[in-house]
Amino acid sequence: MQFEDVKSLVELEEPNAILGEDLNATPKALIIHKDFIYRVCELLHINEKTYFDSLSCLTGLDNGEEKGTLEVIYNLYSIPHDLHLTLRVELDRSNPEIDSVSEIWRTADWHEREAYDLLGIKFSGHPDLRRILLPDDWEGFPLRKDYVEQEMYHEVKVKY
Amino acid sequence: MKSEENISIEQLKTGEGGIIISKLDDLLNWARLSSLWPVGFGLACCAIEFMSTASSAYDLDRFGVIPRNSPRQADVMIISGTVTFKMADRVKRLYEQMAEPKYVISMGSCANCGGPYWEHGYHVLKGVDRVIPVDVYVPGCPPRPEALIGGFLKLQEKIRTESIMRPKGLEKLMKKDAV
Repeated sequence: MQFEDVKSLVELEEPNAILGEDLNATPKALIIHKDFIYRVCELLHINEKTYFDSLSCLTGLDNGEEKGTLEVIYNLYSIPHDLHLTLRVELDRSNPEIDSVSEIWRTADWHEREAYDLLGIKFSGHPDLRRILLPDDWEGFPLRKDYVEQEMYHEVKVKY
Repeated sequence: MKSEENISIEQLKTGEGGIIISKLDDLLNWARLSSLWPVGFGLACCAIEFMSTASSAYDLDRFGVIPRNSPRQADVMIISGTVTFKMADRVKRLYEQMAEPKYVISMGSCANCGGPYWEHGYHVLKGVDRVIPVDVYVPGCPPRPEALIGGFLKLQEKIRTESIMRPKGLEKLMKKDAV
């Protein structure tokens, strides 16, 4: 199965889900509408021909204030078919919210927590959306382009 | 009862049954500096060097340094690695759990001043001395085992000059109150 086959398979099931593609990405990427991400992931996971049984990585990305978007990138891998696929979703920077896929792949649980911790992307339906690396009472999301670290933490100066 | 004449040459050599006269300060300091037990914990790559120092090749044991796995039984705390703000709270609590007298060795650039994280490491404490008092700073990234041993020798030097008659910490505190 090739990238084009995966694309037409998704188009057949969810005609409105695909917004575009990025053939320069490695592996090649489908750009998905944020409302359809859970459905598309479920589809690719269940279908016998694709069977993406492994979520290799889930990454968050900030495109900056000018573009006004945050991104979530899913790296999928099918172990039996040796297939790679990237899914990309763009979110509004002022209200970044997307469905959690942690029910499909347990791996997504901690990865989504990391994206929430560092970029402030909310994953609705996540069973335990807390910060994973930073302390619970930390202020702000450090990987945002406009992040400014807090002055003090527990009465200790943060800057050098 | 044994009389003076009955003590053999062998007994004189080993000091068995004899008396040693010393100052209490010297005795206490000697006891303290000869059995510096560090808390057995590490934070980052410096901890690997710390472990290597404790291994047979460098043999920290010969200085009476034996890692203890409870702060209650430890005399020294080696801050071996990057102290994040999240960890800083825990380091402080461990320090507070140690019994007096207690000492701190800050090992490596990260613990000394934030190291490579000094500018962009929003999550790193820029020097462990912002949270707990430090006695000896060991430079390096990470310091070699010889350097850590050097740190212990420096700490021993420091302890050797201590006196229970004039506790320096208390004197400082009294001075502060007077002002």
